[in-house]
Amino acid sequence: MDKMYVLLMGFLSVVIVNNFVFTRFLGTCPYIGVSGRIDTAFGMGLAVTFVTTLSGVLTWLIDFYILKPFGLEITNYICYIVVIAGAVQLVEMYVRKFFPSLYDSFGIFLPLISTNCVILGVCLLINVFWLTDNLPEAAVLSAGAGIGFTLAICIMAGIREDLDLADVPQSLKGAPITLITAGLLTLAFMGFAGMIKQ
Amino acid sequence: MANNNSSPNYLRALTVGLWEENPTFRLLIGLCPPLAVTTAVKPALTMGLSVIFVLVCSNIVVSLMRNLLKPHLRIIMFTLAIAVFVTIADLYLRAFQPVMSEILGPYVPLIIVNCIIIFRAEACASRSNIWVSTLDGIGTGIGFTGALCVLAGIREILATGKFFDIQIMPQSFVPCAGMQMPVGAFVTLGLILAFFALMTAKKR
Repeated sequence: MDKMYVLLMGFLSVVIVNNFVFTRFLGTCPYIGVSGRIDTAFGMGLAVTFVTTLSGVLTWLIDFYILKPFGLEITNYICYIVVIAGAVQLVEMYVRKFFPSLYDSFGIFLPLISTNCVILGVCLLINVFWLTDNLPEAAVLSAGAGIGFTLAICIMAGIREDLDLADVPQSLKGAPITLITAGLLTLAFMGFAGMIKQ
Repeated sequence: MANNNSSPNYLRALTVGLWEENPTFRLLIGLCPPLAVTTAVKPALTMGLSVIFVLVCSNIVVSLMRNLLKPHLRIIMFTLAIAVFVTIADLYLRAFQPVMSEILGPYVPLIIVNCIIIFRAEACASRSNIWVSTLDGIGTGIGFTGALCVLAGIREILATGKFFDIQIMPQSFVPCAGMQMPVGAFVTLGLILAFFALMTAKKR
């Protein structure tokens, strides 16, 4: 019961309070670049969530059972990036073979997300900076990071769809107004900061 | 950029990244570091120098192996080369600049997935000779570092009244704490971009 509580709090914390996009600026490139329409943003978010969960769990296993016992931590960045690239490739092949319709809708994002900061960020944080020591926690945190990214990019896409109709000053059009909107969103999400005691 | 380089081509390789293709202000790629490490000038400068090192080294390596690359393995070869140099930079910072390493935290290893470096490897280093690639790496790196320092300078002055840890604002200056929070990063970058757009529109 106590363990469940810790997991649930960890999940809420990584999705809402310490959202990767709003507090750590991870994945800002797709957050600004691919947030034009809600459906593409949602597809991107789903693909990222899937790959973060997969590569978070895989890198945790590799880190815990291979790199740490044998003292190979120096190679960890290289291992993580190989795992991420492999996971992305695997997912792409699997989806193309078995779910062609799904592939058409978010397959184009898959090659892009191997260089998404969220995914490497998750692997680094759970293994190097937070030193997560059990598998369920690693899995929940990496899934939560992906869901948090989906939440952020969908909110942004919703705002931007309405922003298309707004009368924005000429020099603010495009990227500047998007960045300022993002700033206001982070301000809103800071309101959650006191919700969970660290 | 073909292989028949004359001297103007070298000059162009060096200068194209400074402003015309400035990664932060013009292309809007690799946005994590400009937003995350620009609370003060010192970490921003450290970050910029690390990126210059990684960018130049990976451009050289990619340029040397450009004729051996298979199309479908290209990106993973780029990332592996980058990951090696980022590991070197990270270990160096941890050994000789422990305070900076602590402040920069995960953002040093995250240079691996920084779009700027892969973009330069793909757009320049994989199709031009080693000298052009080196100059391109230096130019783009300096453009990136400059952008980081501009952002960090504005944010540090407004948030603490200091620049490079030296008090420059009068005592009566009221520091604006919001500039040090994430909101400050997004709004500052947005306003700088708007300023550039305004200037370009006026020039026409």
